[in-house]
Amino acid sequence: MSQFLQVFLSGLATGSIYALVAIGFTLVWQAAQTVNFAQGEFVVLPAFFVLVGVHLLHLPLWMAVALALLLSLLVLGVLFKKLVVEPILPSGGISLIIATMALGILLKESIKEFYGAEAQPFPALVPQDPINLLGATVSMQDIMNLVISLGIVVLLTLFLNRTRTGRCMQATAQNPAVAEILGVDVKRMVLYTFLINAALAALASFLITPVYLAKFSNGETLGVIAFIAAIVGGFNQIRGALAGGLLIGVLDNLTATYVTAEYRAALPLVLLIAIILLRPQGLLGTSEGRTV
Amino acid sequence: MNRKTFLAMSTAILLSMGVAQAQDPVKIGIVVELSGAGAPAGTNWRDGIKIAVDEINADGGILGRLVETAEYDTQTDPQTSRALVQKAIDEGAYAIWGTIYSGSTLVNMLVAQQNEIPQFVGSESPAIVDKGNPFVFRTSSGAQKGVPALTSYFKDTLGARKVGIAWVNNEFGKGGHDVFAAEMAKVGIEVVADVSSEQAQTDYAADVARLKDSGADAVFVYMNQEESARFLIEARKQGLAMPLVGEVTLTEAKVIELAGGAAEGAIAHVGLTATATQVEGIAQFAAKFEQTFNRRPTHDAIKGYVGAWATKYVTEMVGEFNGAAFAEKMKNLCLDVAEHPRMLLDTCWDDRGEMSRPSFMVQVKDGAPVVIGTLPAN
Amino acid sequence: MTFTTWSRHLLVGLLLAAAILAPVGQGNYITYVLTSWLIFSIAAMGLNLTLGYAGQVSLAQASFMAIGAYTTALLTLAGWHWMLAMPVGLMLCFVVGLALGYPALRVQGHFLAFVTLAFNTLVFLVLRNEDWLTGGNYGLMGMPRPDFGIFKTMRQVDFYYFTLVVTVIAALVMWGIVRSPWGRAFKALRENPIRAESLGVDTRRITLLAFAIGSAYGGLAGALVTSLVQFIEPGSFSLLHSLRILLMVVVGGAGFFFGPFVGAAVVILLPEILRFTEGYYLIIYSALVIVMLAFVPNGLLGIGARLRERFLAPRQRADMAQGAKLE
Repeated sequence: MSQFLQVFLSGLATGSIYALVAIGFTLVWQAAQTVNFAQGEFVVLPAFFVLVGVHLLHLPLWMAVALALLLSLLVLGVLFKKLVVEPILPSGGISLIIATMALGILLKESIKEFYGAEAQPFPALVPQDPINLLGATVSMQDIMNLVISLGIVVLLTLFLNRTRTGRCMQATAQNPAVAEILGVDVKRMVLYTFLINAALAALASFLITPVYLAKFSNGETLGVIAFIAAIVGGFNQIRGALAGGLLIGVLDNLTATYVTAEYRAALPLVLLIAIILLRPQGLLGTSEGRTV
Repeated sequence: MNRKTFLAMSTAILLSMGVAQAQDPVKIGIVVELSGAGAPAGTNWRDGIKIAVDEINADGGILGRLVETAEYDTQTDPQTSRALVQKAIDEGAYAIWGTIYSGSTLVNMLVAQQNEIPQFVGSESPAIVDKGNPFVFRTSSGAQKGVPALTSYFKDTLGARKVGIAWVNNEFGKGGHDVFAAEMAKVGIEVVADVSSEQAQTDYAADVARLKDSGADAVFVYMNQEESARFLIEARKQGLAMPLVGEVTLTEAKVIELAGGAAEGAIAHVGLTATATQVEGIAQFAAKFEQTFNRRPTHDAIKGYVGAWATKYVTEMVGEFNGAAFAEKMKNLCLDVAEHPRMLLDTCWDDRGEMSRPSFMVQVKDGAPVVIGTLPAN
Repeated sequence: MTFTTWSRHLLVGLLLAAAILAPVGQGNYITYVLTSWLIFSIAAMGLNLTLGYAGQVSLAQASFMAIGAYTTALLTLAGWHWMLAMPVGLMLCFVVGLALGYPALRVQGHFLAFVTLAFNTLVFLVLRNEDWLTGGNYGLMGMPRPDFGIFKTMRQVDFYYFTLVVTVIAALVMWGIVRSPWGRAFKALRENPIRAESLGVDTRRITLLAFAIGSAYGGLAGALVTSLVQFIEPGSFSLLHSLRILLMVVVGGAGFFFGPFVGAAVVILLPEILRFTEGYYLIIYSALVIVMLAFVPNGLLGIGARLRERFLAPRQRADMAQGAKLE
């Protein structure tokens, strides 16, 4: 029993990480029609900003983190929108997908060349002490991750539904042309979307890198899992990203413990195919009518 | 003057230039993983070679010719590595230093073999010396030599009756896993948990939970660097009590750096380690490496160093730059450290390229690997 | 014949001559790279049919190469001649393409990308784990190169010419497909799927066919790769390689007939030229791709089409033009 509890809780912890990454991915997809294949690398980069701040600029940790957050907002939010999305989106979604793939490679290789190919330890921002829970061990970090993910979902949902700006963003996502007619500053709303994604990616980065260790190639698997979590959960609902992330985290661990370790990576993939074929809007998503 | 005279004169001039250029450099190709998953291993290999080549050239080169290396990045892709070995040979390489990843070596060594080019590799997969290739030579013991040394440790020192294996599912991990499982079967120790994991896997909760529940007396851990570190962290977190014993990677400096306190107590059998500083040559090499590159060498760096120096020693024993003669000389050759100090330890090769060398058992104490035992060459 | 058709024939003739003369005097390594270029051109041609002509994003082309490669390898290792093994691989890829495409093409645009992404990784896992069949991590090695009695292909140069013949035949078949009623249906589908459907084009069947044929081309490329490298392992057919092939199609120009050749040349040869930049070439390369997509989304051949549009009056009906506008 304690084994089950252990892998279940660890799965929730890992899943909340996937959820954080998936939420940003969903937002950008919905609001800016951008399927960001570089989302994984977006989560790797801020950690390296912190490492640069600490090891090269010798800043205290909190300052390095603040600097990293600012840089992430700038690079992953503003620059990404201006230099990649805006010029390429008019040419079509497929071109943008490929451009984000190229961007992912660019970011990954830049980290490898300019910082280093080896993994680096990362300072924990949250105490890592283990806590014993009915025979299973979780760390403070795990609980924090889960709490933060839930909190983000609640905050974002409130923001999008209850505030004026949030509703403007939703309008932009649903129908940009009409939103513009109605007086919404569409460009600014899209910018906000990218900034939120950048902030989420940075937050995810600071939370997971102490465990994952900073390495240029972390983004590969993380990015794919994020897409799968977003789609499985339901990509037009933020809580879908949360549900998808947690589900995959838990199922992955359960599969590895009780079924098969060699094919554990197949589970999310099979789930993805099944959901796309059977219920394309995802588990929690709402069905979207087809526009002719 | 007419054409004939001109031709004759220019030929004569060129020939004499040729004679004067008898001291032109000998080219050696460093074909290794400088990007991709193998980048950390490959860059260390190359840097160890750099130190060796500086020393060799300061010593007058090989048979009076300076060594000139060219780097070829295989991108950790076997097909690319095969093409690059061909390229290096096309560009006049006398020998090839690399690759490290067994998957790449298995492919590209055919090319070197066909062209009769000696090749020193950093790979440890047992399959490499089983293919009857007389031109491939290891710079460290293969898994089928290293892992059996652990057998007596598990059986006698730890007194284990049941073991678990935690291994990474790539050609590196599978090689070690298969040898270990076979060894355990030979001495009648039962493998109660066989836990495979993926390269770049980040969550080891399931793996550790399974080992915990399995009732094993000890665990053999065979993974690449970050994976070893993450595994150790999770094991510490869940309070995995049994001894964790590995081969080569588990106690590397990088793993200790990444795992921090979680690495405490981990044990590994290593062929060469930069921490075995009681061996003078190793201490010297480690100091020079740290001075040049601002970081400590890994065992890949030592492998590259040893391979480069072996090339010099053996070529000079043969007396000429002849690949076939080199391969012949290498059969059952032993270079003892008294006469060949840069080999760092007494080293022998058999007739298939497999290396034998004394090795060490190390344990992580207070954040650093400490030698707790020495094993003779097998 | 009009001037354009005449000049086009001349161009093709020149390219063919260049391809025949290319390996003369070059070392084994260059010949090997050229052969690799031809093989990837075949794979890219297949993806071009799926993406450029039928408008479907497939991230599974490398896995079809894998199926073709492993099938051919297992059969040739069992003693079959390559010419008999290769069609088996091709057929298998065609069937798998149909089986995968049938349910997957029910979903819209981006989703096919995800499904093919998942499929590619699943194939990789199966190849790696089922080592009783595939050799697992260690792969399969020592596949013989095709031997035609009087003409053996063991030498690099001979194998190059053999591959060139196969490539030309494959290109001619592709040309036939594109010029056929099917091909026109594909283009109709790409330009305006709703209009095409209202005109009676069976969109589902046509798209499925394009996907299956594209996959079969991937299988052919895989069968050739087996003989070229004489060693295959799962890692050579990972998602990264599907991305490479996709990049080839996009960079060359999706929907242009010669796009795959240009794209494959860029993706395979550019790293060779940029090798002096050592680690930086991937950074330069990916930055170039982004810039190219921003300014010339129709790929390199799109530049030619654009120039032609600017300086020469349009001679064709706009909807019969080549080149996909990826939307």
